[in-house]
Amino acid sequence: MNMKRRDFIQKLLATSAAPIVMNGFGVKALAQGPFMNFLSKAAHKDRVLVLIQLSGGNDGINTVIPLDQYSNLMAVRSGVAIQENKVLSLSGTPATGFHPAMGNMRNMYNDGKISIVQSVGYPNPDYSHFRSTDIWLTASDSDEHLKTGWMGRYLDTQFPGFPTDYPNENYPDPPAIQIGYMISPALQGDTHSLGMSISDPTSFYQFVTGTVDPAPSTPAGHELTFVRLVAQQTQEYSAVIKAAAEKASNMSTLYPAAGVNELADQLKIVAQLIAGGLSTQVYMVSLNGFDTHAGQVVSGASDTGVHATLLQKMSDAVHAFQDDIKKLGVSDRVLGMTFSEFGRRIIANASLGTDHGAAAPLFIFGESVSGGIIGNNPTIPNNPTVDDNIPMQYDFRSVYSTVLKNWFGVTDEELESTMLKDFPLLNFVNPTGLTNAINSINAQSVTCYPNPCMDFTHIQFATKGGLIRVRLFDQTGKQLHILSEANYSAGTHEIQINTQHLTAGLYYYQIQMADEQVMKTFVKL
Amino acid sequence: MPSKSRRSFIKDAATSILSEKEKIPVVEFIDPSNKTIPRHLAKTSTGISEYTGTFTDAHILHLLRRTMFGVTPEDLAFFKTKSMQEAVNYLLVVPTTPPAPPVNNYSSAQITDPDVPLGQTWVNAPANPQIEFLRRNSFKSWWTGLMLNQERNIREKMTLFWHNHFATESNVIQDSRYLYKHHALLRASCLGNFKTFVREITIDPGMLVYLNGELNIKNAPDENYARELQELFTVGKNLTPHYTEADVKAAARVLTGWKTNRVGISSTFNASLHDTGNKQFSSFYNNTLITGRSGATAGNLELDDLLNMIFAHQEVAKSICREIYRYFIYYIIDENVELNVIEPLATFFRNNNYDIKKLMEKLLKSEHFFDPLNMGCLIKQPMDQLIGSSRLMGLTFPSATNTQQQYGHWQFIQQFGILTGQDLCDPPNVAGWPAFHQDPQYYELWINSDSLPKRNLFNDLMIYVGFNRFGFNLKYNVIAFAERLSDPSNPNTLINDITKLGYPVDISTTSKNAIKTSILLSGQTSDHYWTDAWNTYKNNPSDPIAKNDVEIRLQALLKHFFGLAEYQLS
Repeated sequence: MNMKRRDFIQKLLATSAAPIVMNGFGVKALAQGPFMNFLSKAAHKDRVLVLIQLSGGNDGINTVIPLDQYSNLMAVRSGVAIQENKVLSLSGTPATGFHPAMGNMRNMYNDGKISIVQSVGYPNPDYSHFRSTDIWLTASDSDEHLKTGWMGRYLDTQFPGFPTDYPNENYPDPPAIQIGYMISPALQGDTHSLGMSISDPTSFYQFVTGTVDPAPSTPAGHELTFVRLVAQQTQEYSAVIKAAAEKASNMSTLYPAAGVNELADQLKIVAQLIAGGLSTQVYMVSLNGFDTHAGQVVSGASDTGVHATLLQKMSDAVHAFQDDIKKLGVSDRVLGMTFSEFGRRIIANASLGTDHGAAAPLFIFGESVSGGIIGNNPTIPNNPTVDDNIPMQYDFRSVYSTVLKNWFGVTDEELESTMLKDFPLLNFVNPTGLTNAINSINAQSVTCYPNPCMDFTHIQFATKGGLIRVRLFDQTGKQLHILSEANYSAGTHEIQINTQHLTAGLYYYQIQMADEQVMKTFVKL
Repeated sequence: MPSKSRRSFIKDAATSILSEKEKIPVVEFIDPSNKTIPRHLAKTSTGISEYTGTFTDAHILHLLRRTMFGVTPEDLAFFKTKSMQEAVNYLLVVPTTPPAPPVNNYSSAQITDPDVPLGQTWVNAPANPQIEFLRRNSFKSWWTGLMLNQERNIREKMTLFWHNHFATESNVIQDSRYLYKHHALLRASCLGNFKTFVREITIDPGMLVYLNGELNIKNAPDENYARELQELFTVGKNLTPHYTEADVKAAARVLTGWKTNRVGISSTFNASLHDTGNKQFSSFYNNTLITGRSGATAGNLELDDLLNMIFAHQEVAKSICREIYRYFIYYIIDENVELNVIEPLATFFRNNNYDIKKLMEKLLKSEHFFDPLNMGCLIKQPMDQLIGSSRLMGLTFPSATNTQQQYGHWQFIQQFGILTGQDLCDPPNVAGWPAFHQDPQYYELWINSDSLPKRNLFNDLMIYVGFNRFGFNLKYNVIAFAERLSDPSNPNTLINDITKLGYPVDISTTSKNAIKTSILLSGQTSDHYWTDAWNTYKNNPSDPIAKNDVEIRLQALLKHFFGLAEYQLS
């Protein structure tokens, strides 16, 4: 009989329901991490992804500027292009610069906190906002209509059966949170949205209580059931959100005053909730107004205008957020990413603006990014026609797949059920977490694959270097092996272990350096 | 059943209200039974032939819920004397004269409008950037006021439909006079000829600003309007085959040269900015060639050619019929609906030269419209919820003698629309509100963890506290409301009347009894507790204790009524 992985894990959990005695491990460590939750989820369930949607189609050419193409650039968008001496230079990459409004993000880039992926798009670009937005949010092909969002499909693998019986003891927090009035189609799962939208984390509304009648088996009954579910989940989730918001306060002083920068206002809430201890994995925020057909720049001062204002908001907000989560001590767990439904046309139009285009760069930010630029500057042709667009170098679904695999540590099955196809992975986030470990052992970096395993598995970790001991324990806490005891240099390391002789079940591995230790689990099938 | 003294009754009531507040929230929900998108639910094969069944209260209520904002007891009584045909015909007669325009409600000690005195209209006054945002607020308040004071016809709901269809944003247009002019067009054409409507919208100054039509000139065409004209306003997206990118560019060239005139508040055609070359379209449009014209008439002639070409495509009628279907009936269009409703309706629409009124008449009189499976399945858009609640409760607004007060309170309703996801005149983008077009969620997008509490908060606020501004407190008068019902002294009739008006899916007798017992009878089982309390109040309306007895119970009853999920449906 072929046992499904989920069934297997459920059985395993059932058999291990008795209290586990953990000799040698502090009770504190056990209490801190909901170990059992790791089993049915991606390896890094404590990691967070913050998606920043730049709605309207961001002009990539004026955001990440190809300085090596400058004369061609000036020829095709003279009124709109940024003057060369105003472009912000990037350390180590003289051929590429940032829009002058993005000083804060430039500094983050120079500090290795930002990775840029050049010319992200998809084959056969669609120039409709609505269609292209759907394509990005559902991760579909250009000519394919999917009803579920990419994050919805991922979260469906992590929150099986949602929303029935959620929240519950093991999954107390909402799978995803959208800051705002509406929920993004990106969070649409197979039957329900996995997102919760909030505009004020501290609000709590007591819904009418009492018995309700069964919903009839009609379309009206379906909608009735839907409204009741939202009421129920709002009631329960807003209580945990409120509690999280009360536990943490923003610590960065870099945020602009409330109401000045709407993206910063949203990210502020996100930082507060992450620091407040929510186990929510995905946050969505947005900045609107990038559809700059007209008046993208001010005549004669192309570094100012609508687009400059928007980029400044993005740059300031991302910078303040990063500063905040660092001060709040959660920056190791957070990865951010911007995206927009398309870039804009190479040639500017006569209205000091640009029309709908195709591929554009996007930003990944956080402590764990590899830094630098992936891909080449786009090529600005000598004599482009009005229809010419930036061709794609990377499919946006490669970016998504990389986030899922290397950040959330999903299994291959989960990756497939989320992305539906294979896309090559990119190198903007180290699969083991930090590239420059600041701790003796970086807890985020400790991972194990494949998990569950059959004959062997690999344990990975990142360290700043020193004597490290890696040990294996069984479910009862009995030490089985010392897998390694050696001096490791700074960086990322991997140990392969032969698991052929282990009986099926749950195992713990511990990585220890001086008085620091990190313990995680794997399952032998 | 031992009878209970009035005093102990009051004491119990006070205790129950007190304990209600102190109770730890306990939420009881049944296991949801009907969660998957109901594509599997039996849709009858009803089509667009005229409905011939009986015309009961349930049918009247369904018709009114879908064509107006909510239903009042007086609306129901009014239509009870009519046949189905008479009722639909009545709802489709809209006034031909426009309502009085919005006025200056903003002049004060601090702010003056040099061109427009308080209480006079600004719609033809010179533009004034300093007070533009005040005029815009005046406009939004005024429109909300028209909805609140709607007559018994489809105009308000239909105008809002077209606002969503030809969506524009006041934030982008930034000229309230254009906003008004655009709106006046939506209102006047709401049941007119669709093709003429599209023509007028194309050269409407507000639209020329919003989608950059005024920037679309020869040698530097701007495709923005040309794209949305096809994708959103006429043939629609998601087609196979599809119009091409070249069609977008060719249409943009056809439309070059239109400008707006901010002094005349009008649009004009500038022949020198028009692209006089021929415009070739793809096989999607039967390889039509629009001959380039020059001179003063070129703009009009080519626009006519363009619209003749677009409207020759049968997708135009289908696309509009689907949108109307999703707004007035339900968002799921399955094979049966496509075959039995959309296609014949689209054919009818084309055969009747795109006459919107005839289309609506055909749809609203159809057996499909009155199919029980299509009742109650629509989730109210925020303005429907707010305006409908206010109308049902007979919310009294300040009179026109105090413009500041009146507009101020209309604005309060409009601003609650923003809080619950519908910013009138400022939808998220040119596609309108996602709830009307975003597959697969559609109207479910209106209801989320942010908006649902606020929908309830609105009614809680209006029931218990009211909204005080400029010396006027806007608040539900719950006793006056009860008095408009058939027999407020009978707790059963009272609850029945309210749920009948407000819930398209009725709640069970068990639930009604539970509500009656826990709220109106304060836990007692005999109906006369409520009847006595009501009669005591009626006999001594100036007795504050007697009044309080009935008022607190009606307030609790209405809070419960508005708080159940059933109230979100239409």
